[in-house]
Amino acid sequence: MFDNLSDRLRTTLANLTGRGRVTEADVDAAAREIRLALLEADVNFKVVKDVVGRIRERAIGAEILGSLTAGQQVVKIVHDELVELLSAGDRTFRLQGNPSVISLVGLQGSGKTTTAAKLARHVVKLGRRPLLVAADPYRPAAADQLATLGKAIDIPVHRAPAGTATIDITRGALDEARRLTRDTIILDTAGRLTLDETLMAEIAAIDAAVHPVETLLVVDAMTGQEAVAVAQAFAAAVPVTGLILTKIDGDARGGAALSIATVTGIGVKFLGTGEKTDALEVFHPDRLAGRILGMGDILTLVERAQETVDATQAKQLEEKLRKAEFTFEDFLEQLQQVQKMGPIGQLVSMVPGMGGIAKDAQDAVDRGELKRTEAIIRSMTRHERREPAVINGARRRRIAAGSGTSLPEVNRLIKQFSEMQRLMKQLAGGRGRGTLGGLSIGRR
Amino acid sequence: MVEEEALQRELEDGLRRSRGGFMSRLRGLLTGDSASPETWAEVEESLIAGDVGAALAMEVVERARARRTSETAEAAVRAELAALLLPRDPRWSLYHAGRSPAVVLVLGVNGTGKTTTIGKLATREVAAGRRVILAAADTFRAAASDQLRHAAGADPAAVVFDALDAGAARGADLVIIDTAGRLHTKSNLMDELAKIRRVIDRRLPGASPETLLVLDATTGQNGLIQAVAFHEAVGLTGIVLTKLDSTARGGIVFAIERRLGVPVRFAGVGERPEDLVDFDPAAFVAALFEATT
Repeated sequence: MFDNLSDRLRTTLANLTGRGRVTEADVDAAAREIRLALLEADVNFKVVKDVVGRIRERAIGAEILGSLTAGQQVVKIVHDELVELLSAGDRTFRLQGNPSVISLVGLQGSGKTTTAAKLARHVVKLGRRPLLVAADPYRPAAADQLATLGKAIDIPVHRAPAGTATIDITRGALDEARRLTRDTIILDTAGRLTLDETLMAEIAAIDAAVHPVETLLVVDAMTGQEAVAVAQAFAAAVPVTGLILTKIDGDARGGAALSIATVTGIGVKFLGTGEKTDALEVFHPDRLAGRILGMGDILTLVERAQETVDATQAKQLEEKLRKAEFTFEDFLEQLQQVQKMGPIGQLVSMVPGMGGIAKDAQDAVDRGELKRTEAIIRSMTRHERREPAVINGARRRRIAAGSGTSLPEVNRLIKQFSEMQRLMKQLAGGRGRGTLGGLSIGRR
Repeated sequence: MVEEEALQRELEDGLRRSRGGFMSRLRGLLTGDSASPETWAEVEESLIAGDVGAALAMEVVERARARRTSETAEAAVRAELAALLLPRDPRWSLYHAGRSPAVVLVLGVNGTGKTTTIGKLATREVAAGRRVILAAADTFRAAASDQLRHAAGADPAAVVFDALDAGAARGADLVIIDTAGRLHTKSNLMDELAKIRRVIDRRLPGASPETLLVLDATTGQNGLIQAVAFHEAVGLTGIVLTKLDSTARGGIVFAIERRLGVPVRFAGVGERPEDLVDFDPAAFVAALFEATT
């Protein structure tokens, strides 16, 4: 469904005919599809209305730059508009004072506890000594979960006996921070509904008592239309200073971030990109803009590709793809090239229309798997890399042992690889010329 | 009749706390028999605001407008929404004669409320006099298994196997299996889920586990993508829609039921053990319209 929408949008944009300047007819044709794309991405419907209106204004009569098509120019305008909106608010992470208090708030299940641990690791890198605080007295095992995480990352966790009021837990944390000479306190508060007046008053009380320097609203990237109302309600109770968008390693488009940033002006400060405690990334508006649009960040991808991939190598690779001569040797080279370009997950999600290949390549999205894949290929002989067909059972066992992986993993890689070869053959046969499998969405 | 009313009241109570629900806005728009194009556009927006989805919202409005009956606009939209949901078999039960223990497999992405839902279900069934065994195949997060039964550090599939063994040996009526939250985009984790499903089939052939996807009502269009992915991996038999006590409407279930033919079985309407209700489609649509500020 995700792909279908991108294709529809792509087709519409490819059919725009303006030359020199974008015509109103072009914009009208595109506006409907852009609206649908944004709604599919869970951007709030009121924000969509607003954004599409602004895009119309900017696009009509706009000069078509350089060698772009009208469609590409419109994409650029839409992309720029989204980036501008996503860049709203103060996006710098502020740590001031001793102790510096960071409070995490949000709905149930948004990912606050895991994020708290991630933030703790992050501030350690900034030279701070954090104390994690299990400020959720309601959920049975919430404190256990934080304690387990804290132990794994060697950061102390303050917790209180069951039944302790949240405000007392917080005050106790301040004392403990002094005792342990911790200069940063990270409060993992309980998930709460905005409709729960008691609980909303609770975080207001905590805010009044300890004056956090950062109150970060943790929002699940898959949140739908209610995202704005949720953010507004939290912002009404406490001075929300930033947003953390979690579970972005899924395939939710993340329109909630756009809605919240646009309506409340709260800036996105971090992205949660996985369940491990190092999976916290600084937010880049341009990457999320492309993802929300469902089109991938085409312009940046092309630019990046041109920077890091040697032109000759690219040409040779294309030849090989066309002839389906792509071997494990080439795959290894590509893995290394690709790692230079950026996290593969982001890369894969950036390329529209990769279809079946993306699904297979998706296995490598988890960076850990990528390293394992690399290890498996390195354990192959050069002959095996070039002629994967010779890799029989005995060889597979040897490769598994040599790479420190397992036989099922080796089998899976070889199976996926031959599927990939098959798909690439189809791709090379199906598309015309053009960089990286025909990314351009229009032809001059 | 009395049961239906009680059910509807339960759902309403759960939903009533949601002030300014989108349907109350909707109702305000649709009084009277003829609605203008602008009104229909607003109706469509209200549906979108409830996460029904742009394409489906357009379709519902088009169909409602095209109805040539003498009903009001409100009744037309209600009817079209209700038509998207599957008919329910009133005899449906977790339990089947000749299949003991009944098995429920609970899955979903992270943070949707699987463990809480299982707690509610177990409480309910125990109160009804059933022998219930809980298996925490969630070995990734130690704390979750503390909430249910402790089974940390083991291979999830092995945990499930042991639980089914125990269930059969102790004459349990119901085995509920909790799994770790997982994003459907992680193929290795989805493979693990498929493996768990196969273990159930092997250990208890013919068990036909009730395979429930737990879905957060605040989820947007990704909810459909999640449902499709989990359905492809293990074959869903039902959905649990949680956090319906929030301001979110869970409108994505219309698309899910229609696309996959998988019904919403339960709704979570709060954090207490008793906050689990049987899902009644007619009551769901009606309660949405009845929920007032």
